[in-house]
Amino acid sequence: MILRDVVAQLGLQVLAGEDALDQEVTGGYIADLLSCVMAGAQPGQLWFTLQTHLNIVAVASLVGAAGIVITEDAPVAPETVKRAEAEGVVLLLSAEPTFETVVKLARLL
Amino acid sequence: MIPPLIVDEALHKGLHIIAVTDHNAVGNVGAVMEAAAGTGLWVVPGMELQCQEEVDALCLFDTLEQAQAWESQVRAVLLPFPHDAERFGPQYRVDAEGDLVAEDDSFYQGPAQISLEDAACAVHALGGLFIPAHIERPMKGLLGVLGLWPPELEADAAEVSPNLRPSAARQRFRLPPDLPLLTSSDAHWLDGIGSVMTIFVLEAPPSIAELRLALRGEGQRRVFVP
Repeated sequence: MILRDVVAQLGLQVLAGEDALDQEVTGGYIADLLSCVMAGAQPGQLWFTLQTHLNIVAVASLVGAAGIVITEDAPVAPETVKRAEAEGVVLLLSAEPTFETVVKLARLL
Repeated sequence: MIPPLIVDEALHKGLHIIAVTDHNAVGNVGAVMEAAAGTGLWVVPGMELQCQEEVDALCLFDTLEQAQAWESQVRAVLLPFPHDAERFGPQYRVDAEGDLVAEDDSFYQGPAQISLEDAACAVHALGGLFIPAHIERPMKGLLGVLGLWPPELEADAAEVSPNLRPSAARQRFRLPPDLPLLTSSDAHWLDGIGSVMTIFVLEAPPSIAELRLALRGEGQRRVFVP
C-alpha cells in the first residue's frame, strides 16, 4: 500500500517528508529502543515509536524505513522535524496510542 | 550504605575521589560530603539523571549548592506520581553519622521530563560535568536506547559498565574518537565500591575544572582505566 493512502486512512499528521509519501509500505515495526530498530526493522516498514530524540531520523534512514509514526501525540522537538525534512525522512504523528494505530494499519495491509 | 561506611570503604579501597549519584536526587549527597570532611577523600556531589529519552547520565558538580540547584530543576520535571514505599521501598535521608533525618516521599523513579541535550546544557550552565552512564546497556544506556552516539550531544565523557573495557567499547561501537571513556563501579552496595575505577592524573587540587582538563588531556593531565 502507498504511504500517502496509509496517512489518509489512519488520519496521520505529516510533520516532515511530504515529498516522500509515494512509496510502498511493506509492514510495520514497533520499538522505542533504537538499537532494536537498527537490528530488527526491515526496509519499507513503517516504524511506530514514542521516542522523539533527533536520532530517530538517522536510524529510520539507516534501516530504510518507509517512515516514522510518533504515537499518542507525543511532543516532537522542532530540531527533529527539521532534521527529518533535511534528510527526506517521513515523520508522521498519530493522536492515538501505538496499539490502536497499528491495528488500523494491520487491517489495511 | 550510610555515609561513614561509604567513606570508610572508599578509603579502605584506596580511592581519592568518589561521586555520589542517586537516581534523579541529591538528598543524601551532603551527608556523605560531611562524613568525608578531613579524611582526604573528595566526594563529588552529583546525580544519576534519567532523562526523557530514558537514558541515564551522570551530572557532577563542585559544590553541594550547584547539585541542589540542579536537583530543583529536575524536581520540577519528575513524573507526577506519588512515591509508593511498599513497592519501591522507603527513601531515607540521613545525616553524616547515618542517622535518619527524614523519609522522602518524592517519586524519583523513571525519567525526568527533560531531553538529553537540554540536560547537558543546563548542567554545563551550572558548571558541572555531563557524562552519559553505562552507555552500552540495552536499557537506560545511551547506545541501547538511542542506537547511535548523537553528534550534537555536548557530553564531557561517556561511562561504560564495569564489565566492559573502554578499548573494547571503542571496537564494538562507533564513538567519536575524542570522546573520553571512563568506568566506575556504579556501586549500589558497600562491597561494590572501588570494584573498578578511573585514574585522573591532575596538575592541581581536584576540582570539576581540573577533571574537565584531564578529560581533555590538557598539559600532563590524562584519564585512564587501569
